[in-house]
This record gives sequence, structure tokens and C-alpha cells, in this order.
Amino acid sequence: MSGIGTGYDLSTSTFSPDGRVFQTDYAQKAVDNSGTVVGIVCNDGVVLGVEKPIVSKMLVEGSNRRAYAVDRHAGVAVAGVAADGRQIVNRAVQEAVSYKNLYGDAIPGRVLADRLASYVHLFSLYWYSRPYGTASLLAVYDDDGPQLYLIEPSGAGHRFFGTAVGKGRQAAKTEIERLKLHEISCEQGINEVAKILHSVHDEEKPFEMELAWICEASGREFKRVPAELAAAAERQAKAALADSDMED
Amino acid sequence: MLPVPTSHSPALGPGCAGPSLAYASASTRSDIAPPSAQQPCCGSEPFMVDPSAAAGLGLRRHTDTPYVTGTSVLGITYKDGVMLAADTLGSYGSTKRYKSFERLAKVNDATVLGAGGELSDFQYIQTLLDELATEDYCADDGMQLTPREVYAYLSRVLYNRRNKFDPLWNSLVVGGLEGGVPFLGTVGMIGVHYTDKHIATGFGQMLARPLFRERHRPDMSEEEATELLHDALRVCYYRDKQTTNKFQIAKVTAEGVSVSEAFALETQWGYQAFVNPAANALGTW
Repeated sequence: MSGIGTGYDLSTSTFSPDGRVFQTDYAQKAVDNSGTVVGIVCNDGVVLGVEKPIVSKMLVEGSNRRAYAVDRHAGVAVAGVAADGRQIVNRAVQEAVSYKNLYGDAIPGRVLADRLASYVHLFSLYWYSRPYGTASLLAVYDDDGPQLYLIEPSGAGHRFFGTAVGKGRQAAKTEIERLKLHEISCEQGINEVAKILHSVHDEEKPFEMELAWICEASGREFKRVPAELAAAAERQAKAALADSDMED
Repeated sequence: MLPVPTSHSPALGPGCAGPSLAYASASTRSDIAPPSAQQPCCGSEPFMVDPSAAAGLGLRRHTDTPYVTGTSVLGITYKDGVMLAADTLGSYGSTKRYKSFERLAKVNDATVLGAGGELSDFQYIQTLLDELATEDYCADDGMQLTPREVYAYLSRVLYNRRNKFDPLWNSLVVGGLEGGVPFLGTVGMIGVHYTDKHIATGFGQMLARPLFRERHRPDMSEEEATELLHDALRVCYYRDKQTTNKFQIAKVTAEGVSVSEAFALETQWGYQAFVNPAANALGTW
């Protein structure tokens, strides 16, 4: 890192001479080292998938959640520092509740994404705070249809058709670009996401997959993918991976 | 220039009350007294007493009378769970103003709520419960409020509001299934609450309750229970002018909650008592 030792990487309130804020760059690194998180917008909803490395054989299955509902119509999957992610999720829940109280309607996706981005951005403005080491994929289904947003540690927020963050993001993004997203439904989407997560995971270490979606099948509510469907997707992904290994 | 303080009290709703009514916290207003008996230093805002109301200054009158109201709600337990019944009328005084107002609402997968009295207050109560249900949904741990918890919560909310001299003008009936056991309770506008095997609010207390006492059994079948409610609703329609012939029945069973489509009942107006109503009422005309 060019920033190390130059004195410009100690605070978020100082730019380096070439225009970088190193602390937010480092926060992005924390995200880049985490398990892959994938999100795609299908023609009837959004699918989020998280690759969670199993840190110990003694770990209880399903612990360390990374995909959370923040309202009935919205949910977040976080990559990077899990504890930071929970803060962002809590904030998203609060924003959703306060919007509902004030306007009497569910918070629109772009508003929620905007407010979350502003919240995250606040932590990169003052010398005494540390930016969040978390990127959040926000899945919403509102009157404007299914949407996917990415909020980065720097406070930048983007809307995507499909994207990935974490260790395997490059390969995952390439895979997503190959999909015809407007032609596949979420039922097929979970299979594709499972396949991508398995193919970008190249180490021998075991991992647990967390799948969540919001679509017609889930009643337009952000839910974890039902266990049977998730297991079927995982089986299919493993079979597909074995097939492509045979070809190699 | 300092901005004019407006109400953000969740109890009153945003912007619906002027500063003289609003509870604003000491953190936003410098002229507010530090914690006192009416205004404790802990607990959430809806549960604090409006200082101006407590001081007896500028008493509000607009909550003294309800405006758009619903009449009785009936509820009985039966073999498979609980049944609630109500008509769909929102009366504006004696005017039959809103004829399709649904007064039975699903709270969660095991609870229904029926309401009489001020219907705007009922809608407010629904937003309170909806917020709690969404909180449960986000926790995503498979837990939700039990009927008894909903009942306990509502009794606290209504009692608290009457203590502020700003009651939620409702008679509520909470029905549900808790561990396979039917639950049926009612909460009044001043916080009076009780559970029973059969319940009726308002005029229904006089009109439907005697029928329930005579015919209700906890082991009734669904058909028998529906029949009993139909008969009770019919009596309410005959004798309570705030009732229309458009009813709904809500059920809570092991399968979950269902609120029926609105339906009408067969009526018979040829009874002698109806033809000559004065015959058996001495001193009337």
C-alpha cells in the first residue's frame, strides 16, 4: 500500500496528496477479504446469497447470520465485518420504521438506499470515527418493482441488476454478467446464485450458504429461502461443479 | 430564529397537535421541566403524561366524543378455536356513513382483533400492532405476539391513554389460539379488561350475551358456533339501530386466521312484536 508510512492513512479527515482517503480504502479491503456475497435481480424479484466460511467444527449451524430483513419489503445482506453490519441493519430497521410512522407507507428502495449510504458516509467524515468495514447489498420490492442496491464503506450507493462483493467478487461478477437476468425467475435465480457461490469458493475449507429472496413466491416479503429449496439449489450447484470438473 | 417546536410524540402522531398539547422532550425544548411524577426520566414517550393536560391548562375537548363509530363486537370460543363477529358499519352519529368498514382485523397468525367505538382510534391501534408485528418479522426467530400478549399490551395502552384524559375510544375484543387453547378477551376504553368464554361489547352485551349464556358451550362445533353467532347478529340487527345487515366473521383455528367476506342474514320483520311494537310496552305509543 502506497499510503502506509506516509502519514495520510491515520484519519478519514485527511486526503492524501493524490486524492485518496486511505481509511476508507482499508475499510473496503475488510470487505474484499470477507466471504462472497452475491445479489441478482430476476424478472420477479431479488435473490441474495452469502458464502459463510465455517470457522469451527463446533459452530452451531445457521449462526452468524448475514442476511436480515429490515422491513417486510426489504432486506440486507452484509459482507465484511459482521458486527459493523449489524449496526447498518439496525439503522435500516429504524429508518424503515420512522418512514412508516411519518408517511404511513413502506419506505421506497431508493430512499432507504440513500439514507443508508448517508449514514455509512457519516463515519468517513470525522477523525474520531472509523468507517464501517462493511458493504451491504439491499434487496427491496416496492411499487417500482424489485431493486438491488450496494452501499459501500465510503458511503457510495449504487443500484445494480446484479453484483457481488467479497473474496470471489471478480469471478462472481463475470458469472452474473453471463446470466440473462430478465429471463430467469427467482426459482432459477437461487440455483444460479448457489452455483456461483460454489464455483468462486476455491479453497478446501467448508462453507455454509445463506440464501434469501424477495419475490412473488415469498409473498413479496423478504425471507430466507425455504430450507428444501435451498438444499435443492445446493445439491444442483455441487452437481454442476462436479460436471465441469469432469470436463476439465 | 428558533424553529417552532411541533409535536413528534408518537402518542399523538406527527404534526397533529400544537405545542400546547404536545409532549416534547427536555432534549428538544429548553422550557420543559426536568423529570417529575408526570414526566419520568425513563420509559418511552407514549407513556408519559402530557404536562399541559396534567396541569389542567387548556384542556382538550375534541376527544370528549367519538365521531365515526362502530357498534358491538361479538366473540365466542368453540371446539377448534375462537370466532369473532361484527357488522361493517361506520356510523357518523346516526348516519350510516361508511357501510363497508372492516372492524375485524388479523393481528398475526394466531390473533384477531375486533373493535367498536371510534374507528379512527381503531386504525391507530392497528398501526401500533402492525409496528410490533413488523418488529417480530424482522427478528425472524419464528416468535410472534401471543393473543394474551396482544390483550395485555392493548389493556396497558388504553388504560394509559385514559390516564392522560385522552382515551382511545374503543371497545376491543382480542381472540386467538395459544398452544391449542382458545383465548378470548376484551378491553374497554378506560382500560377495563377481562377474559371469558363468550364476549360481547356495547349493545351486544344486552342483546347477544343472553343468547350466549343460554346456548354457548366451549365444545361447540364450527357449524353450531356459526349458527349461534348468526342468531346473535340477527338480534343485534333487529334491535340496535347502529347495525347494518352486512356482517363479517373472523375465525382463529389451528389452520390460522381467516376473516370472512361480508355477508347478509335472512331477516323476518313479520313478528307481532314488530307489527305492533307498543303492544307489550306499557306507557309507550
